[in-house]
Amino acid sequence: MKEAPRVVNRVRRVEQAGPRDFAFTEEMVDFNLPTPALSEYRRQAWAAYRASPLPTTSDEAWRRTDLKGLQAEIFRLPGKDAYLDLPSASERFLQPLADSVHGGEIILMAGGAQARLDPTLASLGVVFTDLATALREHPRLVEKILGKAVKPAAGKFAALAGALANTGVFLYVPRGVAVDAPMHSLLWGPGAGLAYISHILVYLEEGASATYVHESASPNEPGTQTLHTGNVEIYVGPGAHLKFVEIQSWGESVWNFTHERVIVDRDAGVDWIFGAVGSHLTKNFSEIDLIGQGAVGKMSGFYFTDHDQHLDHDTQQNHLAPHTTSDLLFKGALIQESRSVWQGMIYVAPGAEKTDGYQANRNLVLSRKARADSIPGLEILADDVRCTHGATVGKIDETQVFYMMARGIPRQVAERVIVEGFFDPIMQRIPFDGVRQRFQEAIEEKMKVFEEGIQD
Amino acid sequence: MAELVIKNLHVSIDNKEILKGLDLTIAQGEVHAIMGPNGTGKSTLAYTLMGHPSYAVTEGEVLFKGRNILELEPDERARLGIFLAFQYPVAIPGVTVANFLRTAINARRRAENHEDKGIPIPEFRKMVKAKMEMLKMDPAFAGRYLNDGFSGGEKKRAEILQMAVLKPEIAILDETDSGLDIDALRIVAEGVNTLRGGDLGVLLITHYQRILNYITPDFVHVMLDGRIVESGGADLALHLEEHGYDWVREKYEVVNS
Repeated sequence: MKEAPRVVNRVRRVEQAGPRDFAFTEEMVDFNLPTPALSEYRRQAWAAYRASPLPTTSDEAWRRTDLKGLQAEIFRLPGKDAYLDLPSASERFLQPLADSVHGGEIILMAGGAQARLDPTLASLGVVFTDLATALREHPRLVEKILGKAVKPAAGKFAALAGALANTGVFLYVPRGVAVDAPMHSLLWGPGAGLAYISHILVYLEEGASATYVHESASPNEPGTQTLHTGNVEIYVGPGAHLKFVEIQSWGESVWNFTHERVIVDRDAGVDWIFGAVGSHLTKNFSEIDLIGQGAVGKMSGFYFTDHDQHLDHDTQQNHLAPHTTSDLLFKGALIQESRSVWQGMIYVAPGAEKTDGYQANRNLVLSRKARADSIPGLEILADDVRCTHGATVGKIDETQVFYMMARGIPRQVAERVIVEGFFDPIMQRIPFDGVRQRFQEAIEEKMKVFEEGIQD
Repeated sequence: MAELVIKNLHVSIDNKEILKGLDLTIAQGEVHAIMGPNGTGKSTLAYTLMGHPSYAVTEGEVLFKGRNILELEPDERARLGIFLAFQYPVAIPGVTVANFLRTAINARRRAENHEDKGIPIPEFRKMVKAKMEMLKMDPAFAGRYLNDGFSGGEKKRAEILQMAVLKPEIAILDETDSGLDIDALRIVAEGVNTLRGGDLGVLLITHYQRILNYITPDFVHVMLDGRIVESGGADLALHLEEHGYDWVREKYEVVNS
């Protein structure tokens, strides 16, 4: 075997001059919203944004996610109709993922949006439209949720989205209305140097039910940076039920930051599914607040990282009322030099007796240079509760590979089957064939990257 | 000709020689039992034949279908017709028995024809159902994750099911009887008996004579210190049952001194 020559590069580190920050200015903020409450929210968000610097690794929540490489100052907001000069979304992202027919569809693009809602649903009072239209046509409904679940004070990016959201979705389901056909939205975000700032708002009145699938995607644009920061605010009213699927398929040049919270009221339930396979770097804060007795929150996460991707999911299950149930399972696989972080917390407030909380994170690290951090946490301030958690980081077990090879299965196929088996418990939690299919495809694509890498 | 010929096999693990020149020929249709005390290299033989990477062959060859299989990867050996029923079957969480079997069948088909689309599902279901009935297995078994939370008896039965489905020409059963109660042992033995004869050659590795009450071997070999030191018919096993291994040890040590 010939030894490869060793090349040593020394690069002098150039210190950046002055504070790094985004170049967004007050003139870009639209304070002129239809109601005083909405305008006030904007003002607060902008003030909070101005007051907070970019997080660094000395901030506890950002200890494992470094923004040093982010070229914050380059990002600009897309102008009106900017999408006309950008690549359009591939058909693949527009296919139904849950059931075959959508009740409504929205495509969010740079400087524009297209929305469609089944007229029958509209006649029942259901609203499903882009953020700008919602603010204009349904300000009183938007007021019910905007800024209620994610406070601008939650962090720099939450405040930024609050102040400058230039795209987004509003879904409203009136009392007692059951929407069977799923709602589907796609945020399509191509373009080097563009900033997509989104706000997703969902409000389900008492006894309502809905299924909502939201995907974020963009093409791979190597050597560039695109920014997405977004807030997701959801309220599920008493006895209401929401199935919410979020798929993160950003291209590998996207730096992605989100703050998300679902508030679940008495006897209501949310089934929240995450699939994350894209972006260069993601920092995602996802929380459920169980605020009424009998509230149930389920969170299921699937991620698979490759190349130099860095995905950081920070989850929190807040039990704020007695007799509430939460159940979280996040599973991820990593290849090449990628990295994942999962940090989870179950919080049980004083008085939230008879709480049942569960969280587990499992990681399968396939490459020597990949790394997964898994940090579970419990903070229990009530008596008579049941909370369990588990976290594991493992490798492919060679005894499994040998066992399968002894049945005639080649190593590559064996590894693939083991990885698929690893993800099976997550697939079992996903009630939609189309979503499972997408995750399956993601596994296949990433395993192909992995196998090709090994042969190099 | 599909006979398995082991010639002067020397095997080390961590530089310690375990097999020290083993010779054995198993023809199709024959059942050979290898018996011997613990630590004489019986499982090393099984793993080496299957190609476990921890076992280093330092000398000798193993011929099957005109090839020295020691040069082949474990999966190639398996596709050539060699099967190992593991002493400790490995759990594959998240992969059902049915999915696993289908993967193994399709791996064979694809090795022969790269374009193969895989076994049609109805054909596969029918075949597995028939094999499971033969082994008196609950159909629900096919939907469970392979060996995950299985009892000892279930694991061994799953091994025999795989053998029935994959139809090997040489089957190595590594202490398939260990850890089984008498009922489970009978079911497993019946399974092996149904599959034996015709094309199948069997190498039955066991510590106890007990399983040989149910599977009558054509040949019995006694292994001691990495070699086969005695060979005979089924009656040799009975003799061992009655007299233990001490007489073999004494005889062998006498020969050696």
